[in-house]
Parts: sequence; structure tokens; C-alpha cells
Amino acid sequence: MFHIFCPYCQEYREEEEFHPSGQAHLVRPADPASVSDEEWGDYLFFRDNPRGIHHEMWVHRLGCRKFFNITRDTATYEILETYRMGEQPSITAANAEVRREQGVQTADGGWQTVGAQPENSRLNEETPS
Amino acid sequence: MTQSNRLNQGGRIDRSRRLSFTFNGQQYVGFAGDTLASALLANGVDVVNRSFKYSRPRGIAAAGPEEPNAIVQLGASEAAQVPNVRATQQALYDGLVARGTNGWPSVQRDVMSWVGKLGGSFMPPGFYYKTFMAPASMWMTYEKFIRKGAGLGRAPTEADPDIYDHLNQHCDVLVIGAGPAGLAAALSAARAGARVILCDEQEEMGGSLLDSRESIDGAPASAWAEQVVAELAGLANVTLLPRTTANGYHDHNFVTLHERRTEHLADTAAGAGREGEVRARLHRVRAGRVVLASGSHERPLVYANNDVPGNLVAGAISVYIRRYGVVPGQRLVISTNNDHAYRAALDWQEAGREVVAVVDSRAKPDGDLVEQARDAGIRVITGSAVMEATGSQRVSGAKVVAIDTERFVVTGKVETLECDTIASSGGYSPVVHLASHTGKRPQWRDDLLGFVPGEVKGMHFAGGVHGVYALGETLTDGADVGAEAARAAGFEEAAAMAVPEVEVRHESPTSALYQIPHEKPPLRAPKQFVDLQNDVTAAAVELATREGFESIEHVKRYTALGFGTDQGKLGNINGMAIAARCLNRSIPEVGTTVFRPNYTPVSFGAIVGRHCRDLFDPERYTALHQWHVEHGAEFEDVGQWKRPWYFPRRVNGKRETMHEAVARECLAVRRGVGILDASTLGKIDIQGPDAREFLGRVYTNKWAKLAPGRVRYGLMCKDDGMLMDDGTTSCLAENHFLMTTTTGGAAGVLEWLELWHQTEWPELQVYFNSVTDHWATMTVTGPDARKLMSEVTDIDLDREQFKFMDWKEGKVAGVPARVFRISFTGELAFEINVQANYAMHVWKALFAHGEKYDLTPYGTETMHVLRAEKGLIIVGQDTDGSVTPEDLGMHWAVGYDKPFSWIGQRALTRPDTAREDRKQLVGLKPKDPKVVLEEGAQIVLDPEQKIPMTMMGHVTSSYYSPVLESGFALAVLKGGRNRMGETVYLPMSDGTVHQAEVVSTVFIDPKGERQNV
Repeated sequence: MFHIFCPYCQEYREEEEFHPSGQAHLVRPADPASVSDEEWGDYLFFRDNPRGIHHEMWVHRLGCRKFFNITRDTATYEILETYRMGEQPSITAANAEVRREQGVQTADGGWQTVGAQPENSRLNEETPS
Repeated sequence: MTQSNRLNQGGRIDRSRRLSFTFNGQQYVGFAGDTLASALLANGVDVVNRSFKYSRPRGIAAAGPEEPNAIVQLGASEAAQVPNVRATQQALYDGLVARGTNGWPSVQRDVMSWVGKLGGSFMPPGFYYKTFMAPASMWMTYEKFIRKGAGLGRAPTEADPDIYDHLNQHCDVLVIGAGPAGLAAALSAARAGARVILCDEQEEMGGSLLDSRESIDGAPASAWAEQVVAELAGLANVTLLPRTTANGYHDHNFVTLHERRTEHLADTAAGAGREGEVRARLHRVRAGRVVLASGSHERPLVYANNDVPGNLVAGAISVYIRRYGVVPGQRLVISTNNDHAYRAALDWQEAGREVVAVVDSRAKPDGDLVEQARDAGIRVITGSAVMEATGSQRVSGAKVVAIDTERFVVTGKVETLECDTIASSGGYSPVVHLASHTGKRPQWRDDLLGFVPGEVKGMHFAGGVHGVYALGETLTDGADVGAEAARAAGFEEAAAMAVPEVEVRHESPTSALYQIPHEKPPLRAPKQFVDLQNDVTAAAVELATREGFESIEHVKRYTALGFGTDQGKLGNINGMAIAARCLNRSIPEVGTTVFRPNYTPVSFGAIVGRHCRDLFDPERYTALHQWHVEHGAEFEDVGQWKRPWYFPRRVNGKRETMHEAVARECLAVRRGVGILDASTLGKIDIQGPDAREFLGRVYTNKWAKLAPGRVRYGLMCKDDGMLMDDGTTSCLAENHFLMTTTTGGAAGVLEWLELWHQTEWPELQVYFNSVTDHWATMTVTGPDARKLMSEVTDIDLDREQFKFMDWKEGKVAGVPARVFRISFTGELAFEINVQANYAMHVWKALFAHGEKYDLTPYGTETMHVLRAEKGLIIVGQDTDGSVTPEDLGMHWAVGYDKPFSWIGQRALTRPDTAREDRKQLVGLKPKDPKVVLEEGAQIVLDPEQKIPMTMMGHVTSSYYSPVLESGFALAVLKGGRNRMGETVYLPMSDGTVHQAEVVSTVFIDPKGERQNV
């Protein structure tokens, strides 16, 4: 059972509170009417299934109800980092070995980093109520 | 019966407490502190079981969880039956009843022995597949008897009287195993302040220290163990869990511990005088760090007839003598490749019995223990091994011969030594099981002749599990590793405890030896067992390699090596070594072996915990549940909700059938007034300046102009254009909406809305909240609904003032309420929403006023009939994830010209979703009005067509309509809307064929006038 660091709650919680929600960073075409059937089909139905580094979307369903992303090794089940919606992973298949050598674990004895690079800040701005 | 093998003194048993027990129907007596195995050996019981495949007599071979033979069925009563208990791990209690699981009908006379003799002396791997395959239809019959004969244990046929539970635990350091390494590690970590859990599977903590000949700080090793356990028990940050097996190591240091709390006392908690207490508990531990100190298992050697009772692993001899005061025989021969086995010889001799010889495969063993044995006058035969045991129900002798291990041949003349016990030792296998549970492969170490764990993140290894065997080194290793784990868990000052003094022994190196060569070729020699539980022989492994199985994973599956409940704890390495020899490869080249949870069998009770009976799944009740119960409702499960299904009345002293009750309830709604508890419908409160825009994107229809006070029905699709949910949404205020969902879809829809808001359109200012439980919903419907409502509400009910699909706020029965003119029955209807805690008051007030209108409560079954008569769909019943709004004929609810490309819109123009001949929703009217078509029945156009027929669709909803006085159905049918008036056929499994006419989905009031009265 996974131990997952929720980047919003800023705490490790048990997997039972979470729910996987498929591949992360899918881009819905901005103007669906302008894409071909094939492109739309790719968006709808085709997903990566890598052995190794994978970016997944999860939701803290029985917690803060926030969606966030996980970088996970599908071979070892190691969770390398968790990061908020709109951020980009700091560990990717391309740089995973380097990042591992640098030691990406957090100092508190845990497994996951929460280091991520904001790409789209509007996703994290609290909307005024 | 006397305990003929019991010593007068020694051992960690209490001779003043005599416990009587029954094994295979025979009464025996043992002592407190015994295991079932030690008590059986004390009583001279040689044969405890019959073997799995060949039905050979088997005796106790080991003293721990690796025991392959003494597998028993435990329990005095039917309800207390427990299968697959290892006698070596079951504490003896007074009144214990057990029998060998193998060997039906008895271990002495075995009906299965003919199977073992079939085909001469050799039964090849794959025997069952090859022999009992034909005819295939008979396999079930064969299997029944094979299983019974093979004795895999059986489940009780009565309910378990005991309770079990789960405990979630967190700790800084979890130490698995309380032998020398584990105790030292726990003490180091605990003294540093870490929260420590120390678990051990045995009755008593101490592991190998409890049967050790060595001393620590000048005192017996067991005394040191007692002292450390006492110190740990006094520390507030330490939890000691004896009788607790770490059974599974899962991702991210999640470990399941199986604690047996009363099983050492009786076969039920009540029998132990602990009624109502938990019998076994599963600890779900999330550990900061895990220290695996699981030690090692001694490997037996593989020689001919090594399964005859009286063959044991050498270490077990010492355990039985030193812990239980039991010497399991009179005359001992030891066959070994290492020094440690000499302990057994010394212990045996000191117990006053005869050691015939120690047969050592090494040419010149000269370790301290070897010299000690020689000094004690024990005959040591070097460069040799026991080639074969003689005897059938018990060992009668050992054939000893000089061997050449390099060339795998015997080199001398066979000498037969008279004896009744042969103890063998082929070295030690680290207990790497937990370290491989997450898939990490163990690594072979030539210097150790064993596999050690691969690197596992968050796990540390101490002692024998990674090949540190000498006592002094084990203590130092444990102390260091305990401190290291504590430091890694954040206790930076942690230091290793001071290690007590242990005398260093000189040891001569162990030689690599697994199988003993025989004077006959391997396939002709008497059986040499590798896996005793599954009856796998060296010849079977060799044959498998000849038949082309080269990977050990394939050899295992072909021969069943290691597939018993013992997971091949004794046999796996020997089997790999034999396969390696046959294939001329090294052991790591034929593969490593990975273990899976659980380490030893876990009772279902412990796995299930409290999640059984009433607590198996949560049940949700509406605020009106008690009223429904009191009024005799039958209930239906809808998601986790208990919904009234129908309300049978007593008519002329007889209780109505469902059919009668539903017909009455339907007519009441169509002719008078009925009431439904609709509280379970999902309700989501949506607020924010962009709420309206958001609705327009997630629903297929338009929301831009829905005014406050108005209600609209909406369809929700996934982005593939398939319908996922439906419901009404009401505009409460300009920026405030109330969405209803299907009962089962409520949680999923809320998450769906959050998903799109959080990941695609975070710029929209909108907030969602589930208010399902806050509001109770009562649907008052039927021609008399307005009359009834007018008596209980201050809301203006005039049909021009309060139109269909309007909602109004007011008071109902004096309580603040929202009333919606929504109809799921086709009749005039008012859906009253009140705060849930007022619901019972309002419901009762409605009945007080409704009596004169014969207000009739109805349930989900009637609701289904009424809505189907109107052609109103239920998502999940009439749709299945492959149905578009167009397929349902709901073009009117699809806003193709909305400015934003809403979820699902793009997919509706894909060629497949735009096809003309898609399955479309239609009505079906059976030609015979008495027929109610089966839901799920397939529709064909030509009933004469040969099978496989061309299937055109299927029935999704089907009922009897008391209004139509006929059966009727909804169905999906290819190109259905162009087939109106056609006749279709529904062949049934009994050969009958029903005929039905394709009709409109609306069976009653096609113009929709009744809901507008």
C-alpha cells in the first residue's frame, strides 16, 4: 500500500485516502472542433504504459479532494515526487538516473520530493470567494 | 501413554502443568510450554501424516515454520476448525484436538497409497495432468477425491464464533525477529528514543538464544535474552508483539503482522476463558524503518529415503532437547557439511542417548565443535555422507558411503549404521522472504552458499538473514543496524548498545553439498526428496530439466517444487542446486527465487477483521428509514443505500406478493396520490460567478438562460460522448444551483466536476459541495397531489403560478422547504426538500392529511414501472457506457450550437457515434400481453436463423403495467427508430421465442398532459 505525500495537505497519508485518476499532463485540444477524428481519438483513448518513470494524476478523495500528480516508477512502485496541478515534474524518464544520483529523497526519511517547477501559476492561485 | 522421549530435566517447559490432548483420535499428555510437535515427539509418535502425492508415512522433520510434514487440522468443534497449522508452531493447550491433514481416512491405513504405487515406483512430474486428464468432464470427480486424499485441509462448515480485528500502527523502527540480532537492534533503537515495534512469531522471544550452547557474559545465552526482553518490556516507546508473524512486506514500508492472541490457549477465545476478546489481530504497520532480523533456516541434505520418519534437520534436534526436554530417538546418525550440526551430536549425547556417528562430507573438519565431539568420544566419519536411510515407518539404519562431491559419485564401500534417527545439515538459508515480497531478487553469495536479500529501500538487515551467523558477530551487527535504523528514522544521536562478551569459536568452512550421490543412477535410486510437502524428488527435478525446463521458475511450476503452504522453505535451494547440477550451471544462473506474501498461512478471520457480517459494507439509511421499517417495507440495495423496494400490505389476511403490491402502488399514483422517499438522490450545491458557465460545459444542454426559480433536466457525457449521468439542476439564485444526480452516481459526479474544474478550467470561479445527506426528498405525485399539498403548505400551488419545472421556497408542515415541480412518474408531482432532521415530521404530516386521499407509499419497483411507462431512462440500466444522448432519442437535450465545446460534443461527430445503425432506445410491446420479457434478452429479426444468430440489441427494462394490463419493455435496438411497427423476436434459453412490436418509448400519455394538470 502506497504512502503518498499530498502536496496540498503537506502530509504523508495512506493510499486508502487516494484514488488514481489516470495519466497526468494530458492536453485536451483547446478547440476540439478543429482537430481531426484521429487526433481526437488519440486524446480520448491512447495512453502511455511505460516500464519505469510514469506521471500519474491522483485525487485525495477522502482528504482535501484535490487532484495532483505523482511521478512513479512502475517497476519498483517507488513514488519519486508528488506535485500540484499545473506544475511540471522535476524527475522525468530523461533525467531520472541523474536525479537519483543526486539523491532526491527528502531529509525527513521519507521517499518523495515535492520539488516541482511551476509552469502555470494560475492553477494554484486561490480564486477569490 | 508415557512420554518415553521426555527427559527428566531441562528445557523451558513446566513439568508441573500436564496438558492432555488428542491427535488422530489418540489421547496424549504433554507439558505447558510444549508445542504440539514437541509433545508428539515426547510421546514417541513417529508418523504424523501421509505425503501429498505418494502417500508415504511422514514424521516431524523440523522445529519451526519450515516444517513440511506436520501439517494439522486443528479444532475440537466444527466451528473452530483451522486447516494448515504447523504442529511445530502450535502451542500445546489442555484439550487440544488435531489430526494430520493428509492421509484420509487415516495416517496408518491410507486409501491413497495405491496412487503412489501406480506405475511402479516412479510417479513423474505432471502425473496428475497426464493421468487424470481424460475424459475432461471427469476431472471434477477425480479432483474431489484427489484433494481429499492429498489432504489440503478443510474449511469449517459452521460460522466462526470468534472475532478478529485490525490495528493500524505507526513506528519509527519495526524489528522483525527477536533472536540475538533482533533483540540487539531493538535495544539500540529503543535506547535512542525511537518508537519500536518488535515482533516474533514464536511463543517466546529469544530465537536461537533459547537453544544455544553458548554463553553471553558468562551466563547462558537464554538468560541474556530474558534480560533484554525485560528491559524492552519496561520501555514506554517499545511495543513487544510475541506470537506475531510479519507475514507481508508491502510498498513503502507497509508491513502486515499477524498476531495470535488466544490461539495458544484454546481453539476459541471463549474456550480460553476470554470470551468476547479478539482471537487474532492483523497489525497494519507503516514503519519508518524496518530491521529484518529473521535469521536463517537450516537446509536438510537430499539423500535416498530422507522422508522416512526419524529424518530431521540437525538444528531441530537441539531445539527439541534444549527447549522442550525431548530427545526424539535413541540412536543418532548425523550427516553434515558444516560445523554447526555437531551441536546436535553433543546435545544428544549429553541427554544420555547414543550418537552412532557424525558423517561429515568434508575431508578434514577441525573446528572447535568438531574437536569437542571427538573429545567426547563421538565417531566422526569424514569425506562421507549418509546415502540412504532404511526403514519404512521409522528409520532403522543409515547407509554411509564415501563420496566425491566434485564428480557427484560414491567412491567407497557402503557401511550400514544401525540407528533410529538421522539428522542432516546442508548449511543455512537466510530467511529472505520479506525482503523479496516487493519484487527485489535475492543475491547468491558463494561464500555463504545461500541467497541474501537484495537492497530494499527503507529496510535494514541484521544477523543471519544477511549471512552473519557467529553469535558475537550477530549481536554486534544487530546493535549497529538498530542504531543505524534509528538514525535513518531521525534519531541522529542513536548509538549501538554495548555488546556483551561472547567467546569466539574456530570454525572450519562449510562445503557446498546439497544432494548426496547414490550408488544407483539418480532415476533408479530410492526416492530422494527435495520438497517434502509437495513430494518433489531429486529425480523429478532432474527429469524436468531433461524435458527442457531450464529456468527454475519453470522447473518449479512443472514439479510443484515450493508450491506447498511451506513455500519450499526447506527445499527450494536444494531444488535449485539440483537443477543447476543437471544443467551444468551455477545456482544463480538457473535463477533466483522470489517469495510472495504471506510468509506463513494467515487465517481468513485475521484478514477480514471486523469487515464481516453487518460491518461488511457500510449501510446508508434515509431520515425516514424507521418509518419504512415500521410499515413493512421490503428493501433494495442501491449503492450503499437501503431503499424501500415496495410496501406489501395484508389483504384478506394474506401478505401481498411483490407483483400485487407494485400493481396497487402504480394504480394509486396514476389514479390518486402516492409518495416516494427520494432522499438518496445525489445533491450537489454549486455556487460561484462562473457556476452557470461551468454547467454549460459539463451538461449537453443549455444553461445560459435558466432563470432563478426554474429547473432543467440535464445529460452529462464523458468526453467520448457516452452518457454517464443525468438529473435535474435548479437555479436557486443567479450564482447558485442545486444539481441532482443518480443515487449511485453521486460521489462519482462530484469527483467528475472537481476533476474538470481543477485540471481544465481552474480559472472558473465555482465551488461544489455534496448536500445529499442534508436534504430529505419526498415526492408527492398523482392527480390528487395538489389537493394534498394545498393542505400542508403556504406555497401558491396554482398551475399558472407554479408551473412544471418551477421550484418554490415556502413552508411545508410548518417547516422551511424547497418544493420542485419535477415529475419522474408522468403525473402531477411535487418534490419536497426539507432539512433531513425535519423529514419525519413532514412525512407524518403528509400522511395525516393524506389519509382521505388514500396516500400510498411506494418504493423503487413502482418508481421503475412508472418511469418506464413514460420512457424515462435510468442511467446504468437503460445505458451502459456505450450509449449517446442521440441513441436515446434525446436530441432535444443536446445543445450543438453552444459557444463552448462541452464535454462529449466533439465525440458525437466521430464516424462511429454518428452511425445510423447504432443501437437506439425503443419501446417493445409483447404480442402476448401476459408476457413480461426478460431484461437482458437478446433481440433477433429472424428466429429461424441458425445459431449464431444476428443479435440486434437487447431488453434494458421490462415490467408489467397494471394500467396497460400488459407487459412492456424498453430496449436498445440497431437502427431502432426506423423500425417502428416492426415485429422482432426474443429467443429464450428454454427454446420459446417471444414476439414483440417495436413501439415508441412512451407508453402512457404521449403528449405529457398529465404532469401539467
